[in-house]
Amino acid sequence: MYRYDSYDQSIVDARVEEFRDQVQRRLTGALTEDQFKPLRLMNGLYLQLHAYMLRVAIPYGTLSAKQMRKLGEIAAKYDRGYGHFTTRQNLQYNWIKLADAPDILAELATVEMHAIQTSGNCIRNISSDQYAGVSADEVADPRPWAELLRQWSSFHPEFTYLPRKFKICVIASDDDRAAMRLHDIGLKLVSKDGKIGAEVYAGGGMGRTPMVAPLINGFVPEDEIISYLEACLRVYNRYGRRDNKYKARIKILVHEIGVEDYKRQVEEEFAHMRTLGLNPPVEELDRIRAFFAAPAYENGLSDAIERADPAFALWVDRQVAPHKAPGYAIVNISLKPLTGIPGDASAEQIELVATLAEQYSLDELRVTHAQNLVLPHVKKADLHAIWQKLEEAGLAEANLDLITDIIACPGLDYCALANARSIPLAQKIAQRFAAAERQAELGELKVKISGCINACGHHHAGHIGVLGVDRKGVENFQLSLGGSGAEDASLGQITGPGFSEDGVVDAIEKVTDLYLAQREGGERFLDTYRRIGMKPFKEAIYG
Amino acid sequence: MKILTGNDLVSGDVIWWAGDGWSRQVCDSADVGERGDDLARTEEAALRVVGAYVIDATVTEDGVRPAHIKDRIRALGPTVRPDLTLKPNDADAGNWVI
Amino acid sequence: MVEFLSFRDGEAAQEPSVTVEAFTGQSNSTAVRIEAGEDARELLPYLDRLSLVEINFPAYGDGRGYSAARILRESGYRGELRAVGDVLVDQIVAMRRCGFDSFHPAKPLDDAAVDRALHRYADVYQKAIDGRTPIWAKRHPEKING
Repeated sequence: MYRYDSYDQSIVDARVEEFRDQVQRRLTGALTEDQFKPLRLMNGLYLQLHAYMLRVAIPYGTLSAKQMRKLGEIAAKYDRGYGHFTTRQNLQYNWIKLADAPDILAELATVEMHAIQTSGNCIRNISSDQYAGVSADEVADPRPWAELLRQWSSFHPEFTYLPRKFKICVIASDDDRAAMRLHDIGLKLVSKDGKIGAEVYAGGGMGRTPMVAPLINGFVPEDEIISYLEACLRVYNRYGRRDNKYKARIKILVHEIGVEDYKRQVEEEFAHMRTLGLNPPVEELDRIRAFFAAPAYENGLSDAIERADPAFALWVDRQVAPHKAPGYAIVNISLKPLTGIPGDASAEQIELVATLAEQYSLDELRVTHAQNLVLPHVKKADLHAIWQKLEEAGLAEANLDLITDIIACPGLDYCALANARSIPLAQKIAQRFAAAERQAELGELKVKISGCINACGHHHAGHIGVLGVDRKGVENFQLSLGGSGAEDASLGQITGPGFSEDGVVDAIEKVTDLYLAQREGGERFLDTYRRIGMKPFKEAIYG
Repeated sequence: MKILTGNDLVSGDVIWWAGDGWSRQVCDSADVGERGDDLARTEEAALRVVGAYVIDATVTEDGVRPAHIKDRIRALGPTVRPDLTLKPNDADAGNWVI
Repeated sequence: MVEFLSFRDGEAAQEPSVTVEAFTGQSNSTAVRIEAGEDARELLPYLDRLSLVEINFPAYGDGRGYSAARILRESGYRGELRAVGDVLVDQIVAMRRCGFDSFHPAKPLDDAAVDRALHRYADVYQKAIDGRTPIWAKRHPEKING
């Protein structure tokens, strides 16, 4: 993975001192809260319900064991012993004191980490595929591009005060494991005439008005991607709406002027910008790529897995994915224990995963947008030892992509923006469907819960989605069906009137019962829904 | 009644205007009447609070009860982590929120 | 405290600026002021007549002025490019990078803070319009990208 050189390190160190200065000015009153807020947001520091919340960047969801260890240390030293992995592959601490924030950032800087631009109306963390570099189906590892863009977007002088936040995703396979089409800009690496370039999608997003990003360019070569993105961002910066916070994302601009007009404006700006020498030479991307070269995998390893223990076999079948190197496997670690909090990990669990990465995964791990973790370079021979350690730590739930592998935002238990609590609902759903046989019978079923319209829980992309709303001071939940964040991207449709917390669990059960009664062949829930439509489900739910 | 709440600037702790200063306990809340906005301004300028706002509340046998569920969650702590709330030993504390 | 900051040699332009509409409508003004939503490209035919362009930031979170400034510099404008309005010390460096060379903020700036801001970052990741060599070029000095 990428290692900072002295340039990268000085920038992060300078940013810490800049923020320390800004905090000082706030604490002395030299900055009012109105002046300070956009500045602290650009360092990922929110004021939430109970305390300040710090969102640490995990660039394209990749981190080293050493970095993971530091995250655990910070949770123990400055927070209340845990962290929360998010739907953008970042980590959140919920109990931060303003006065400690500069010191926390300084400690993160010692392991090449930061909280730069994890909030604010600027370009956010570049996300990517959690299987990057180890999956046989990718055209190339997308992460060197993501790193190139991370540097390009950090403190970009023209794009620091955009109309709204801007989220970019890079993938490199036909299978979209990172919800690329639901980003402000999504890149899919493809090969053309022996060269690697990107399909560029623009104008996707969740929130109040979810949209799937349309294609705006079928191939931008790697040595022009920077000037092309500058053109995309400049058009957005100039013409994105600034009159209404809920209409300020690029998806609204693309929708309102039309994708053809947006493309035309981008091409005009691009024709100008490609003459300005903005693109790094190909040697820079090559330099970055060298950090992502395949590790020295051992040869001649056994592909055999000892399956005598049924619990272990169940875990292997569910959590272990094929690796491109023979004798190796990708391990998915569930952060969705049935009675736990989706995406949360204690400082002890974080330390354990760091140790496992160090011992068994060539020092590397990943965070997924589904709020789970991945060990990307595991020898099959080590799977059992890893599973035993995960079992001890409560991290061995075998539920990847099953109904209890729920994505849930922090919701009204933590978040100042929320209308309803999402975590208790996730726990009730998990409880209702806890039985292993039942989960297996239902198969792939992605449930996603958002506590408010901002959709941080990605409910629009849920096979089953739930949106928490405030109905006269009482929590109420809207159910939607048929969303998908994969390459078959679609937006969920609302079933009808909302429910109480217990009511929506019952409604979900009616939905799954109907699926089981109606499915044909090997249909997943999503396939059956797409085949038979909303009407039968509506009847089943509302009678 | 009307009460004033916000977060402590330095620590981020949830605080409630108690009449002569800020308390971390919602039951210490004082009725601010119409003076809430002025108080908020003064206290923010004095760097003692951030994001202060006035809310409705009633006095019940359990003490001061904020009208909105969000502020009741602020008063207690996250309902899904009773150990991190202000009443870690009270098994029914979460019910008060609803 | 400093009420006006200039990085140009010589005197700052003193002539009061006119609106874009007024400027493009008549020919003898040499100073124009662009508001946040206006199109800087309307001035491109007149750049050699201008000695001062002011760009207004109604709120520092409205970042349209950064694009306007860069567009003018990219098109060859060499006169004074002045940021006015809601400008905090925290924006000075990014504004310089986009081509601004003078500042008349609504609230005066603290000199020491300005100095710290200007010297905070030794290097920059991107090529912009300020002539600073970006980090990627320093990493590959043998490559010159026109």
